[in-house]
Amino acid sequence: MTEFRLFLIQRITAGLLLVMGVAHLAILLAATQAPLSAAAILARTHANPFWPAFYAVFAMTAATHAALGLRVIAREWLGWRGTAWGIGLWAVLVTLGLRAAWIIA
Amino acid sequence: MSGPDTALPDTALVVDLWRGDAGGGGLVRYRVPVDPGQTILDVLTWVQRHAEPGLAYRFACRVGMCGSCAVMVNGVPRWACRTRAIPVARQGRLEIRPLRHFPVIRDLVVDFEAFFARWRRALGRFAPASPPPDALAVIAPDASDRQLVDAAIECIGCGICLAACDSVGANPDYLGPAALNRAWAAVNDRRDDTMGHLRAAARDGGVHACHAQGSCRRFCPVGRDPAGAIVGLKRRLLVAALKGRL
Ligand code: FES
Repeated sequence: MTEFRLFLIQRITAGLLLVMGVAHLAILLAATQAPLSAAAILARTHANPFWPAFYAVFAMTAATHAALGLRVIAREWLGWRGTAWGIGLWAVLVTLGLRAAWIIA
Repeated sequence: MSGPDTALPDTALVVDLWRGDAGGGGLVRYRVPVDPGQTILDVLTWVQRHAEPGLAYRFACRVGMCGSCAVMVNGVPRWACRTRAIPVARQGRLEIRPLRHFPVIRDLVVDFEAFFARWRRALGRFAPASPPPDALAVIAPDASDRQLVDAAIECIGCGICLAACDSVGANPDYLGPAALNRAWAAVNDRRDDTMGHLRAAARDGGVHACHAQGSCRRFCPVGRDPAGAIVGLKRRLLVAALKGRL
């Protein structure tokens, strides 16, 4: 059952990533087309809490999806069946992502 | 070798047969006379009758119904009795090995115990709701659920899909295509209490271990679609999980 739940989480995060990834690309394009300087972008993300919130969720979703996928690959190709390193990898990725969101807040 | 029936004609197939047992073994080469239309099973029978009486291999029906004759032929899992030798030979050579992912008993005979244990773990059988309804279920042959059952149920249990599946090789816990295909037939049976199959398919090593490579569908000798069955189970499981029924 654990495996199935993790599988579901991976599928759900995949769906979220699809939507958020497209939104992220659109934001990137809009910012570079404007064009906005790094300082101008940061001024906007500081002013509106939506941006750090969006990127915090985006980064956590990506971290979860990546950690689950790498876990399955490591199980099947390397025979790593333990759970500790997968949780550790997830924690590192989430920390990096949240740190980035914190910086633009 | 002597006598008219053992004389090699000008053209002979070069057949490398795996011989050995659970402890190990290797390829042994035989030269088998070409006979137009001969099957892989004919080739094996020729070797046993004329060259190696001790050769162990399995068959029963010889017409593609019993599912007992599957072997690896030049790296591909095939039913020996319905596979013509010449079209699958490579430059006149055949390499015949026991089915992949199955423990060897002797020569080309493999142990199916773990294969059927997977069916049991997947609850790959009819599991009716209890208590049974008073009236017999009337299911029209053209009803859509009956057609899904038909598509899945005609499996001959040959083990070729399991041999073809790379996910089985990568994850020994995985239930595999044949067992899940049988569970899918039961899930579509109106008289069945489907939840047992769904719970079995959600356990560790269940449907989520399938990476949808589709080798089971590609190599199934009777044209079943275990990959489609697994997708169907995944979909039903998702719905059941969202409804909190798992
Ligand atoms: S011998 Fe029965 S299927 Fe080949």
